[in-house]
Amino acid sequence: MTINQISIFLENKCGKLSKVLSILSDAHIGIIAATVADTSEYGILRLIVTNPEKAYALFKENNVTVSKTEVLAIATDRCAGSFASVLGCFTEAGISVEYMYCFSLDGKSILILRTNDPVQAYEVVKKHKLEYISTDKLNNI
Amino acid sequence: MTYWQAEVETMSRADLEKLQLEYLKKTIRIATNSPFYNKIFKEHHITSDSICSLDDLKKIPFTTKEDLRNNYPFGMAAIPIQQCVRLHSSSGTTGNPTVVLHSAKDLNEWANQVARCMYMVGLRDTDIFQNTSGYGMFTGGLGFQYGAEKLGALTVPAAAGNTKRQLKFITDFGTTCLHIIPSYATRLAEVMRESGIDPRRDTKLHTVCIGAEPHSEEQRLRIEELLGVKAYNCFGMSEMNGPGVAFECKEQNGMHIWEDYVIVEIIDPVTLEHVPEGEVGELVLTTINREAMPLLRYRTRDLTRIISGDCPCGRTHKRIDRFKGRSDDMIILKGVNLFPIQIETVLMKFKELGNNYLITIDQDEMQIEVELSDLFTDDYSVLQRLTKEITRQLKDELLLTPKLKLVGRGSLPVQEGKAVRVKDLRKF
Repeated sequence: MTINQISIFLENKCGKLSKVLSILSDAHIGIIAATVADTSEYGILRLIVTNPEKAYALFKENNVTVSKTEVLAIATDRCAGSFASVLGCFTEAGISVEYMYCFSLDGKSILILRTNDPVQAYEVVKKHKLEYISTDKLNNI
Repeated sequence: MTYWQAEVETMSRADLEKLQLEYLKKTIRIATNSPFYNKIFKEHHITSDSICSLDDLKKIPFTTKEDLRNNYPFGMAAIPIQQCVRLHSSSGTTGNPTVVLHSAKDLNEWANQVARCMYMVGLRDTDIFQNTSGYGMFTGGLGFQYGAEKLGALTVPAAAGNTKRQLKFITDFGTTCLHIIPSYATRLAEVMRESGIDPRRDTKLHTVCIGAEPHSEEQRLRIEELLGVKAYNCFGMSEMNGPGVAFECKEQNGMHIWEDYVIVEIIDPVTLEHVPEGEVGELVLTTINREAMPLLRYRTRDLTRIISGDCPCGRTHKRIDRFKGRSDDMIILKGVNLFPIQIETVLMKFKELGNNYLITIDQDEMQIEVELSDLFTDDYSVLQRLTKEITRQLKDELLLTPKLKLVGRGSLPVQEGKAVRVKDLRKF
């Protein structure tokens, strides 16, 4: 149910991001979604890519500070209130969101969610029959 | 009167060396009572009679900081502990602390050394002297206190920190002279400016004694300009009592080292042979007027050179140059002695950190960059907590707060051979 997000530690130095991106580009790995959480000293780049396993291995090889994190990818309709109702399900179960971001796929809005309780989050997805994106689906993009 | 003790300070070299030999022989007789030296003297067949010239000093092996640690706490004492009246100790962060013991006579002599230094830079019993050194175990506190009192100056033991209060004392008491760490002198001047105090107009300051951390000539000139004073470089180390070992005279060209208290040698730290006069080497000192804990041929690890030629001030005691660095990797920052290994020990406790780190010293700040390990977590709050916790542990260990910067793997220069962990951007 979860997908692997690739997180990269980036110092605030010119050329750091570009180095990371060229590693993916050279390996023909596509970026489906990306977000950067930044502080004054460093940033954390979070990526959803077409081949996370390969991307992770390549980053390791290239001495990039990298980690894999399991996140939920929930598909919602593009209409008012859909985002609110998904989050409502989690809130109801007492689950907090640590971070989230969105991207668009096949006419749907995809929410990437990292929660404080992945096990409970799994139950919520099942209970409310939320539509989620699997790793297989991502690999076929 | 120009001299505190004209006879000693301007003694001819021949007479001074004669005096040194006499004191050295006496010191060897005293040191025989210390368990540490007793063993060494036996092994090397040394008695006061076997030392017939200053050159014979070479027969005695060097003493190192390690020896002091290994004989912690009282193994170096040459008189019964009951006759000692003071103990100073290093913080001992890199192992056993080092202890230095003093008899009442030692303390009196130490005070005399400091008073002589202060008199040399023009301070008199009419001066008001404020000591901004840390007190307690740090010898810059009590060392200057007793010296200034011996000189007869009104002495204010303000101790370290609390800049606003320091300023209040300076203006209220009419302080004329400070003992201050160079980096703090700059800070004090800043706070004066912020508070609208013009040191030339609003204070009576005319002299500062700066020491306890390496500094450049430019820094001295800056302090003089900022505070409107003359700034004199002083050298001391706890193993040699503390402050008062060597001090600049009004010529500000090298520090006179009191040769009726110590014998000076400059050695090549690798071959351990004397370097030709004027060349840089490690300063080695032998106390010749101390009874509780004499130290013979003590390796200070400080690199300096003898400034050749006579000093226009008329003093015949040798001058040593500004320190050029260390023959070990000790860092002196804000008067605190640190070793990179202390930092490494803290960093290596964290599995989230890799093995590569770089310490950068600039002005009075320390920045530590450290690479993350494979266990990098992308949770920002975890990284923040980690930074805080490492900083806290470093502060506990170093007694000062470094600026910690987490960096990615491969960001720091790859270390090959002997790792260069410290970048000191200060100019000496």
